[in-house]
Amino acid sequence: MAEQPKAPQSPESSQSKETGASPQPSAGGASAAPPAKPAAAPPPPVQAPLDSELARRYRERFGGAILDALEDRKQPILIVDSAHLFEIARYSRDLEKFSLLEDYTAVDWPRREKRFDLVAQLYSFTYNTRLRLKASLAATDAADSLVQIWPAANWLEREIYDLFGVVFRGHPGLKRILLPEEWQGHPLRKDYDILQQDTAWVRENLGIESGQ
Amino acid sequence: MADTVQENATHKTETLLGADELVLNMGPQHPSTHGVLRVKLKLDGERVVGSECVIGYLHRGVEKIAENRSYQQFAPYVDRMDYVAAVSNGLGYCEAVEKLLMVEAPPRARVIRTILTELQRIASHLLWLGTHALDIGALTPLFYCMREREEILKIFEKYCGARLTTHAFRIGGLQYEAYDTLEKDVERFCRSFEARIQEYSDLLTGNSIWIGRTRNVGLLNAADCIAMGASGPVLRASGVKWDLRKAMPYAAYDQYKFEIPIGTHGDTYDRYIVRIEEMRQSRLICLQAIESTPAGPIMARVGKVLKPPPGEVYHSIESPKGILGYYVVSDGGTQPYRVRIRPPSFINLQALDKMIRGHLVADVVAIIGTLDIVLGEVDR
Repeated sequence: MAEQPKAPQSPESSQSKETGASPQPSAGGASAAPPAKPAAAPPPPVQAPLDSELARRYRERFGGAILDALEDRKQPILIVDSAHLFEIARYSRDLEKFSLLEDYTAVDWPRREKRFDLVAQLYSFTYNTRLRLKASLAATDAADSLVQIWPAANWLEREIYDLFGVVFRGHPGLKRILLPEEWQGHPLRKDYDILQQDTAWVRENLGIESGQ
Repeated sequence: MADTVQENATHKTETLLGADELVLNMGPQHPSTHGVLRVKLKLDGERVVGSECVIGYLHRGVEKIAENRSYQQFAPYVDRMDYVAAVSNGLGYCEAVEKLLMVEAPPRARVIRTILTELQRIASHLLWLGTHALDIGALTPLFYCMREREEILKIFEKYCGARLTTHAFRIGGLQYEAYDTLEKDVERFCRSFEARIQEYSDLLTGNSIWIGRTRNVGLLNAADCIAMGASGPVLRASGVKWDLRKAMPYAAYDQYKFEIPIGTHGDTYDRYIVRIEEMRQSRLICLQAIESTPAGPIMARVGKVLKPPPGEVYHSIESPKGILGYYVVSDGGTQPYRVRIRPPSFINLQALDKMIRGHLVADVVAIIGTLDIVLGEVDR
């Protein structure tokens, strides 16, 4: 995941971005590049290794399960092994006082060996700090559900399951939440085109040829 | 939580009247669910013993759209999530992308943003108060609230031409300079508004029917709020003195003095008191802000084509409903690689099941109202 900046350089996302919008930025890109440059010319280090007490404590306790600790635009990120996500999450809540699971989501990187990044935003009322936990997951793997630790994860995990197709082990009722239960496909995956839909479902349930 | 209905189905002989449990469908077309929310209620007589929310009727795939638009093109879309607080949505998105670009809006832009966002908070709370009171049976407050909300919408209209989905802010600052009499209009509204809040209070705060319908209804304690991620007035009514505007100030909130109103019981009445008091505080913030609006540019130097350096950022604001977060990932291109929106309504709605258990069907209406959800934001 430290190779995050590298991955985008491959034109992997081109297929999902073939909308009417794409020619526009490239046409304007040439003319608008000079004014944009002064701001971006001395690129400050966007990502840096996270060197903090917090990262040290996590490393001490979980060793190899903490794959990387970095800082992106001053926001701390811990990259953890998905197999240990549950215990790291429990430790975060109980000992590091991250009592609020503010958000839990996923990002799809289809070119990677482990294509999904699970991303949890934690907040601590005690210290008024944030921490982001990230864990990569292969498409065939299942993640441990965090509902036992933060009940807030219930609907959030259902949403990830619905839109990305990530399965959560131990979830009390894993089923689609935003899309109809019989819908085929997971729309937020990068290989799901923006115009794509479950035509059979639309035809059968809405009685129309296309929802577009 | 989701499978409670099935769970309860297995032991259905426990009802008070010895009769079978009844499943009642509330919504998706029900005037008091405030949009297309469907709640499957499991009833014992008139008492709720279990529930399941069915949502997604308004799902438009906003996050997918974001991946297929440029950063600026996506900005108007966020207004359509919480459409009664479009300005707050826009503020969160613009600030998140600014963080990703590592630019900051100029001070003048930040102050004007704060003024408009606080007006929007008042407008959002007014709409909530009017409809919530209507749900419970008080018809009059709705007319009063709409009257005041109209004044705010007129200010928005004068500022940017739109009343509801305003798209008031741009990434990097503001598109429009404040119109000549903005400060005067805001001041006139704020001066008259104090007495207006008192009118609502006179109608409701000591009203015994209102108290009877809201006291000890939909209780949620602080620990449960935090465990379930409930935020905003719901969290504060449970006694947690926490507001993102204070905890992690954004826009120009660090310059102004205001209080965080809290409740004690975490019931529907407390949430009413908290929101009423929040309107008073928003009014004070607006008055402070117009007193010392700095001069200067309103737009930071950002290119016409935004290409944030690869990486990611999470930024959240205190919207009228709670924590509104944006997680934006850039791959260095002109379009976001991923935009995740953390909608406060969606996560607050999760607490509904816990809050309505043991209450009567009529209270369900009051509790849905007190959560102040907007389905456009729940379903995105």
